[in-house]
Amino acid sequence: MTTRRFIAPSAAVWLLLGAAYFILPLVATFLFSLRQLQTGHCCTVASYTWVIHNGQFWSSLRLSVELALETIAVSLLLYVPTVYWVHLKVPKLRPVLAFMALIPFVVPPIVLVVGLLNFYKGTPIWFYAQPWGFLVAAYVVLAFPYMFFSLDSGFRAIDVHTLTEASQSLGASWGRTLFQVILPNIRAAALAGSFLTLAIVLGEFTIANLSQFHTFPIYLQYVNETQAYAAGAATLVSFGITWAAMLSLLFVGRKRGARASVVAGAR
Amino acid sequence: MGTVPFFAYIILMLFIPAGEVLVGAFKGATHGWTTSNVSQLVHQPYLHSYRESIEISLVTALLGGAIGLALAYAAIRDGTPRWIRSMLTTFSGVAANFGGIPLAFAFVATLGTIGIATQFMQRQLHLNVWQGADLFTKTGVEIVYLYFQIPLMVLVIAPAIDGLRREWREAASNLGANSWQFWRYVGLPVLMPSVLGALILLFGNSFAAYATAYSLTNGNVYIVPVVIGAYYTGNVSSNPHLAQALALGMFVVLAVMMALYIPLQRRAARWVR
Repeated sequence: MTTRRFIAPSAAVWLLLGAAYFILPLVATFLFSLRQLQTGHCCTVASYTWVIHNGQFWSSLRLSVELALETIAVSLLLYVPTVYWVHLKVPKLRPVLAFMALIPFVVPPIVLVVGLLNFYKGTPIWFYAQPWGFLVAAYVVLAFPYMFFSLDSGFRAIDVHTLTEASQSLGASWGRTLFQVILPNIRAAALAGSFLTLAIVLGEFTIANLSQFHTFPIYLQYVNETQAYAAGAATLVSFGITWAAMLSLLFVGRKRGARASVVAGAR
Repeated sequence: MGTVPFFAYIILMLFIPAGEVLVGAFKGATHGWTTSNVSQLVHQPYLHSYRESIEISLVTALLGGAIGLALAYAAIRDGTPRWIRSMLTTFSGVAANFGGIPLAFAFVATLGTIGIATQFMQRQLHLNVWQGADLFTKTGVEIVYLYFQIPLMVLVIAPAIDGLRREWREAASNLGANSWQFWRYVGLPVLMPSVLGALILLFGNSFAAYATAYSLTNGNVYIVPVVIGAYYTGNVSSNPHLAQALALGMFVVLAVMMALYIPLQRRAARWVR
């Protein structure tokens, strides 16, 4: 059998068809967003002007970005010390955590939100009726598998024991060891997990819709239902944000120890 | 000791809500225990919802799996330039995450009633693609789901295809095997656990999806997540325990999938470098 020097014809056909299927909806959305409201013909940037001057667009986007940042902060605070501790002291728990990272597959957002809504119904308003409380609490759970797999591969790439011993023999406290020694070494992994979390929260619709908070995806759905051409512009903006988050992820992923699983998303 | 906050959080925010669904499914509308919520699942209209959900998941898992496998193999096999492969994985990484509301709208703009592709085919080619049907049906949902199912398959299966070592191919051909025999006796048996595992992942991915179908059809495709959602978004005011029973049914289906997935994953890991 000789090694093929050029691309196989069948492979080329498959790849071209695949590329067409994936690029077509993006091009179509772009053309759609340029249509005129009255005539339906090309080309105007009126949809983009409308989106940029729409107050709800900015307020919902701002809410979603703030929720994403809060989710990232809570997730890092909760999961970095946990994965660190497991790698350092109780490696036996690693498979347990890996198994727990699979549980959100069995308890998808639609099931999780039903349980959360029923169980936390009677809790104080500052938690139950606030996106900062209820939504972020749920999103931290959604972020767990992505954070865990990123951080786990990050911690596996460094020598946790040597770093910790060196740091402590020089007199550093636990907190200082974690923040000034361990964290800089797993920065790429933490960033990868953070970008995934950002992409998840900015696109999450299920939990926000059932618990009736007006986040960015909810706004997007509202525009879809009411303003067809403006929805094209808003969709492209939203897609641009996902792209930016995922490409940043791939960029930090090139660095040592951040080969994260890149299967997130808000279906 | 250092893991206490983590376990406390997961128990509070994941295990207890999941348990609440399991328990709540067996509670009566006002008080007491009942199996009537759960037993309604095997009657209409809920049986129909599960059938619809499972059918969409099966179709998109099998189709997405087959196309994803072909694409991944086309990108990885000998002769294809390296840059195509890295581009495909990069793009799949993004596309697998492009779900929900924006995805649904991208397809409305493409294949909807006044979509770019629909109008192009009508005006330029005089083709009526939908012939009475439209994008806002089960078929439409399946077409749209493929947009994230295919890239997911590419991402999950690429490492397994990498694991098919060139030496095996050379060894098989030295022993006189032709291409068909190589696939029949070496290639497919090695890939099979990975492929089955990936198909389960794709099934679950589609089974749990809510936003895309909801947005595309305005809630008019009665898959299980959409029916559950209707109880909370105010379209139906009824027994919340029925929603919990529906969620319990999803949980059971997905738990069976996971129970099949874990041993397959273990078996597949053997060949992945």
